[in-house]
Amino acid sequence: MRRLRNPVAFGVLVLAVVLAPFLFSNYRTYQLGFVGLYLVALLGLDILTGFTGQISLGHGAFMGIGAYTTTILVVDHGVRDLWTIPLGGVVAGVIGLAFGIPATRFAGPYLALATFAIPLAFIGILKRFPHFTGGTNGKNLPQLHPELGWHTNPSIWFYVVCWFVALVMLPLAFFIVRGRFGRALRSVRDSEIAATANGVSTAGVKTAAFGISAFYCGVAGSLYAIGTTYVNPDTFPIDLSILLLVGIVLGGAGSLYGMLFGALFVEFIRLTWGPALLNLFSKAHHIDTHAPGSGLVVYGVVLLLVLYLAPAGAAGLVRGLSGRPAFLRRKEDPSLSDPGLV
Amino acid sequence: MQTFFQTLTTGLSDGSIYGSLALALVLIYKATEVINFAQGEMAMFTTYIAWALMGHGSTFEWWAFFATLGIAFVGGAALQQTVIRPLERASVLTAVMATIALLVILNGLAAWIWSPQLQFFPSPFPTKPWVIGGVHISKQDVGTFGVVMACVIVLWLFFRFTKLGLAMRAGALNPNAARLLGVRTSWLLALGWGFAAALGAVSGMMVAPTVFLTPNMMQAVLIYSFAAAVLGGLESPVGAIVGGLSLGVLLNMLGEYVHPVTTELRLPVALAILLVVLLIKPAGLFGRVVVRRV
Repeated sequence: MRRLRNPVAFGVLVLAVVLAPFLFSNYRTYQLGFVGLYLVALLGLDILTGFTGQISLGHGAFMGIGAYTTTILVVDHGVRDLWTIPLGGVVAGVIGLAFGIPATRFAGPYLALATFAIPLAFIGILKRFPHFTGGTNGKNLPQLHPELGWHTNPSIWFYVVCWFVALVMLPLAFFIVRGRFGRALRSVRDSEIAATANGVSTAGVKTAAFGISAFYCGVAGSLYAIGTTYVNPDTFPIDLSILLLVGIVLGGAGSLYGMLFGALFVEFIRLTWGPALLNLFSKAHHIDTHAPGSGLVVYGVVLLLVLYLAPAGAAGLVRGLSGRPAFLRRKEDPSLSDPGLV
Repeated sequence: MQTFFQTLTTGLSDGSIYGSLALALVLIYKATEVINFAQGEMAMFTTYIAWALMGHGSTFEWWAFFATLGIAFVGGAALQQTVIRPLERASVLTAVMATIALLVILNGLAAWIWSPQLQFFPSPFPTKPWVIGGVHISKQDVGTFGVVMACVIVLWLFFRFTKLGLAMRAGALNPNAARLLGVRTSWLLALGWGFAAALGAVSGMMVAPTVFLTPNMMQAVLIYSFAAAVLGGLESPVGAIVGGLSLGVLLNMLGEYVHPVTTELRLPVALAILLVVLLIKPAGLFGRVVVRRV
């Protein structure tokens, strides 16, 4: 039965993806396309954070690398936009691997501090070489070239492209996190010492996970550039990297289907849910909902609430609904997963 | 030669800022084993408080400076007790995520309360420089350096010669044994956060006159100071200061003498230095090579 669950869940997802454009307006469908690309980014980051236990505060920049790869190839070299999607992933993945080789020598949270530098460094580099990247003004892409008779409706075509990619990347992620390599990832997360003792090269595994997650984010970034048809250095600020991390925690780090919730959150918190939450709050306290920084405060508070109330995220809540309630289950002993005490 | 000394003094002054924040990072890490991502934003936020106390930055007041240190200390300790302590038993990942949440909240709150625009922050030191052999030595730079070094010495004296300092070191070295011997480690963690917040406030107030006050002013400084801490060996307080000074000088020298390195590339270069140090000498200049028992 358990064996069947993944294919069945995947089938349900495919059905929902096929039906969605018929149920929602064009604008909503376009937004749902972004949900698909955020799903790709979150899957990658989840392989790094949820399965390997390494926090990255810089994956928004890998999305940026993918987006700029697409933009430069399409605008300056006339490459067909669809072909640049895997290329964006490959460029980001290679840069991710190159960064990962030294950076994954860090134990624990130091990696996150090093990755914090990536978005800031990325913006600096974009501004330094304006003839290549368009500098502060950024670059415009042409509208996505529709195929298969969808030319009347570019937003539905964008949705189709995003979810086609997402539905390829999701099974790929399942394939990555199971089997020998997947066990190696989890062993690094749970105890680096035990992993080393069992012959797992922790630095190698972390570097590989970093490269894979950068590849996923690069693909998502390519889609992002195609969807917005404009990139500039401010498109990929540090906030985006943090938002991706919030998406992981909210979806449930270490669960792949949980990333669907994370992706919905990432897309809708910015424009729809965040202001709605603030509105609810401001009725009592007279807060200006368009104030700068208010969005960040919402992310932060949501993140804290999730950490306290539902540490396993939305996926944990769903699992809790289908299984025994949390207070009946044996509590996990945190000392088992704390390598510091061994 | 004149340019050389000029660059050197600017570098040392920048470096003392990086060093002080690096020291705060090392301090929290040694005391709690948790990297506090909100360190930079705590510094920024307390600098805004100082700015508000000084009548929106019209003139520098020393009473406001010390009041801010007190507020930072209490605020840091309170954050630890209210936000971080409930997650004590959770995984390291969760604790780190909570500090990231703090980073986001503080950054957003500062923009919300005081608007994200650049604000002028007054310096306690006169702007007129000393001129020695054609080299302009800014009194501000010397003052910054002096204030930072004074803080470092006070902290060192505290850790070395007071009973509380000894207890903190014991708590960091072996929390379980320290707890068995009657050290109240949870309060010591709060104390550690308080010290780090106060030290952050010093670096924030010292750096604000040159970079101007914005909610994002500490992000780059935090990265430089992390690079400084890595250069110095992450767990060594002396290393943090030396690493900060050398990074400050190195970055200014590269900016002055190597033409392709413009101000936009300053941060990427710092990141590159960080990565090169990790490849060549992962333990840094002053760090010990840690051998872990399996």
